[in-house]
Amino acid sequence: MSQNILFLAHVSEAGNALPKASYEVLGAAVKLTKQLGANLTIGLIGEDVAAAAETIAAAGTERILAVSGPDFATARYASDAAAAEAICRSAAADLILAPASSRFMRVLPGVAHRLNGCADTHVTSLEADAVNGELRAARWYYRQRIETVIRRDARPWIVLLEPGCEAAWTGMPGPVKIEKLSLPKFATRTTVTGIRAPQSDAQTIRPDADLLFVAGAGWTKKQSDGKTHVPEAEKLILDFLRAAGSSLGGSKSLVDQSGESQAVLRFMTHLNQVGQTGSTPRHPKGLSMCCHGEEPHVVGWRFINERRAVNLDPNCGWARGKADVLYVADAFEVLANLNARLTPVAQSSPEAMPQEA
Amino acid sequence: MTNGYHIVVCGSVVPDPLQTLEPVSTPTGPALKNEMMLPAVLDPWAAHALYEAANLASKVAGSKVWLVSVGPKAKLQQVMMTIAQRVSFELVPVDASASGFADSHSTAALLAEAIQSIPGLDRARLLVFGGWESASRGAGATMQLVGERLGILDQFQGVDQLRVLDDAQPDGSFEVLERIEGGRHQVSVCAGPPALLGWATGNLPEPRNNPQIGMANMRTVMPALQKAKSLPLPAGGLHFLSASPPKQQRQTRVVKDLSPAQIAQEIAEWIGK
Ligand SMILES: Cc1cc2nc3c(=O)[nH]c(=O)nc-3n(C[C@H](O)[C@H](O)[C@H](O)COP(=O)(O)OP(=O)(O)OC[C@H]3O[C@@H](n4cnc5c(N)ncnc54)[C@H](O)[C@@H]3O)c2cc1C
Repeated sequence: MSQNILFLAHVSEAGNALPKASYEVLGAAVKLTKQLGANLTIGLIGEDVAAAAETIAAAGTERILAVSGPDFATARYASDAAAAEAICRSAAADLILAPASSRFMRVLPGVAHRLNGCADTHVTSLEADAVNGELRAARWYYRQRIETVIRRDARPWIVLLEPGCEAAWTGMPGPVKIEKLSLPKFATRTTVTGIRAPQSDAQTIRPDADLLFVAGAGWTKKQSDGKTHVPEAEKLILDFLRAAGSSLGGSKSLVDQSGESQAVLRFMTHLNQVGQTGSTPRHPKGLSMCCHGEEPHVVGWRFINERRAVNLDPNCGWARGKADVLYVADAFEVLANLNARLTPVAQSSPEAMPQEA
Repeated sequence: MTNGYHIVVCGSVVPDPLQTLEPVSTPTGPALKNEMMLPAVLDPWAAHALYEAANLASKVAGSKVWLVSVGPKAKLQQVMMTIAQRVSFELVPVDASASGFADSHSTAALLAEAIQSIPGLDRARLLVFGGWESASRGAGATMQLVGERLGILDQFQGVDQLRVLDDAQPDGSFEVLERIEGGRHQVSVCAGPPALLGWATGNLPEPRNNPQIGMANMRTVMPALQKAKSLPLPAGGLHFLSASPPKQQRQTRVVKDLSPAQIAQEIAEWIGK
């Protein structure tokens, strides 16, 4: 019996398009569908999915299922779980592929339980065995310290794929027929009231940036003149972020300072923290300054391919196989020189991000 | 909230993050080399959940905090020696594997069962807390599965703040901030318990050790550990085909003799590539 594969996506909260990572997951779904001789169904969730559906008209699916309406404009567990459950059931899916967006990450494992199936998140690749078609997923355990390949007996299997792991599907937009599913009444005891940007001078987290700039606690420590230079550090870092269009990460020691009464970089929050108890961002390049490169920090760099660091200490963690290049130098001086060299690049300005809703 | 919240925090032990981990294979799947010898800590995001729970309980009179932990008894005992000194809670231990390689569906079943067995727990006042992801499996799945098993449909993940609304309704309604992409938060208002919250870092510093709290906690922690039921964790149809440490070890080029200007030039060229 041939398998049913469901590609599940939601429109982005800021409009009616699919987030970029969805097309990567569609790429994986289309590839597996062909390889396994399976049937592909597309499922969409959002306030209005019509425009998004047209962008994937050429993906080679017979059915596009949707749950739409004002109740599905934002991420809310009760409504999203009901919507995803209805779509998965209607598609009679054995394998469900979805992007590991924050919206889906917080609901699809729960949906797997309702379907008597299973779910795996943060999957970095999903492949079918060339001989027997057995599906194998790769994912990391212990916060990016052990890599595994797994398979599952239970079906349906919901697999949430990380962004940046597959080539994005492309195809001509066209007209589509959408089957709208209606849901039984569900409880709405929660109301989403808006989106709030972190309290900082600027929005410094840019998931699509080519470069991650990581600042460590050294920026706020006493320097060779016996004094701290926090305002100078702030200016150097913000100027660099603007000029390079990069995203800002921080070490735990630096972001924790905001909770203690120490000199702090005002734009640093816990959301910037990279590492074991922070994020594991995906950017092609990473540049660290004034950060020691200790293991709990560097596990957050697992998906940063090219890495360089500037540190006064030639024996810091970066020197021990954690960076490609370690420059032993004063970061204040290097960054001032670097800022002088960089011509500001046209980058989506932080202010363009949605702020208070 | 007229009578206070009943806050159940789910959290277990993980190997100290400073340890190097090496996978080994066992007949039941992968495990960590010398797992029982590795020093352990309370899973960091679950620890934040516990501190937030204690803080909320201290502000809303009549509230109570439980910590439900699925983990090997000996390790739980070791970690409780420090955690029990920080905030007041009643421990509900389940003696089973805390391995990251255990299936989240199986762990969630044990947690849900343990929560349901807490005497006097009032669903109308119930807030289930936990870390949004563990430092072991790191899946962000277990808490959702616990919620589903308990029939809790108001769930929040990556929570950095819970604020009981000023016009404190007797129903206990509150505002929640959840992490979303781009360093932003989604803001929701929930009509009150029962609800489930998977915490990220939150806003509280780690509480200082307080030996008095420790002594009070230990009076219930030790007997609870002694009575903890030993339960198997079924593999749940999850098979590991391989488990290996990262292969990538870089050949670091350590540059000591360039001026800041020369370094800046090299970095600028690299960024531009
Ligand atoms: C449970 C647990 C979880 C953790 N999770 C995380 C996590 O998620 N993320 C994380 O980052 N850490 C984490 N840590 C902490 C981690 O072990 C380190 O303590 C932390 O990363 C150190 O931060 P740092 O390198 O910025 O600070 P420091 O160790 O203080 O290093 C500062 C560095 O700045 C350099 N420096 C100072 N001045 C200059 C200058 N002018 N120019 C160049 N270099 C300079 C110094 O040489 C030094 O190397 C965790 C720890 C534990 C126990």
